[in-house]
Amino acid sequence: MHELAVTEDIIRIVTEASKGKKVKAIELVIGDLSSFLDESIQFYFDLLTKSTPLEGASLIFKRVSVKLRCYNCQKEFIPDETYICPYCKNIGGDIIEGREFYIESIEVEDEDRDS
Amino acid sequence: MKIEIVKNILDANDQVASLNREFLDTLKVFTINIMSSPGAGKTSLILETVRRLDSLVAVIEGDVASSIDSEKMADSGIPVVQINTGGNCHLDASMVREAIKKLSLNGIRYLFIENVGNLICPASFDLGEHIRVAISSVPEGDDKPYKYPGLFSMVDAVILNKMDLMPYIDFDYERFRNGITAVNKKAKIFQISCKTTEGIDAWVEWLKSENPYR
Repeated sequence: MHELAVTEDIIRIVTEASKGKKVKAIELVIGDLSSFLDESIQFYFDLLTKSTPLEGASLIFKRVSVKLRCYNCQKEFIPDETYICPYCKNIGGDIIEGREFYIESIEVEDEDRDS
Repeated sequence: MKIEIVKNILDANDQVASLNREFLDTLKVFTINIMSSPGAGKTSLILETVRRLDSLVAVIEGDVASSIDSEKMADSGIPVVQINTGGNCHLDASMVREAIKKLSLNGIRYLFIENVGNLICPASFDLGEHIRVAISSVPEGDDKPYKYPGLFSMVDAVILNKMDLMPYIDFDYERFRNGITAVNKKAKIFQISCKTTEGIDAWVEWLKSENPYR
């Protein structure tokens, strides 16, 4: 449900950045700790962009796994559900990746070959 | 043609949240965002906490529908504003901004924001609060931190409520605590029961110590 509001934010940011040009693709970076689902964003995006320059743009979702820096040995690891460090067997670490939620880039139609 | 943007999608929300925080700082209102699943005890905790604070308190109640919780607050003489999100699963900074305008915050030293009962969505939305608190309750099971690391990783305190039910439920406290510290070393953990009031004083003392404006 809450993807509706964030999809509106995505559309607003892309509309500003694309300056009326036809948008072909949008690259989104989403960390696994953020609470947003690709399918829901896609659903609302399709619904909200009908008859706009964003209609039909492909959403490219780049998911980022959670990565921790071990509290004990400081090595970086991608945790499983036990959060045990594979190097020193300590539990847990500082989160260094996994909270991302941003638009990385967009691809717009080139002006010189507009259809 | 590719255009690099690299823009946080929640930027608009975060900007309003910063404005809220500035406003609350100006008025010296220490603000607490309380998050949990439905029925974990957010309203009960706020009521028990308010009784033990010797300062003026206000509450913002977030619910999908109804004013049941805000009526409980009002019955206790607490200034309260209800936000009905109309189906939305979390509060955002703009909703809180509107609610703050409706409250008379003069002299208020604690503002509790009771978020919509949900362990997923509220984690993503900064409201402009000063601290974030998650409540989990014994009957929900010891696995909650493992299932909702997004929320448990970004709170300042975790309250485990309904400790009085511990004898009847298979709840491994060690496992629960490990699930929190695995992603959040700094979170304080309090074991309480709103029913027996066990542990509430310790939580309230900590809360007071966190408030720079008391």
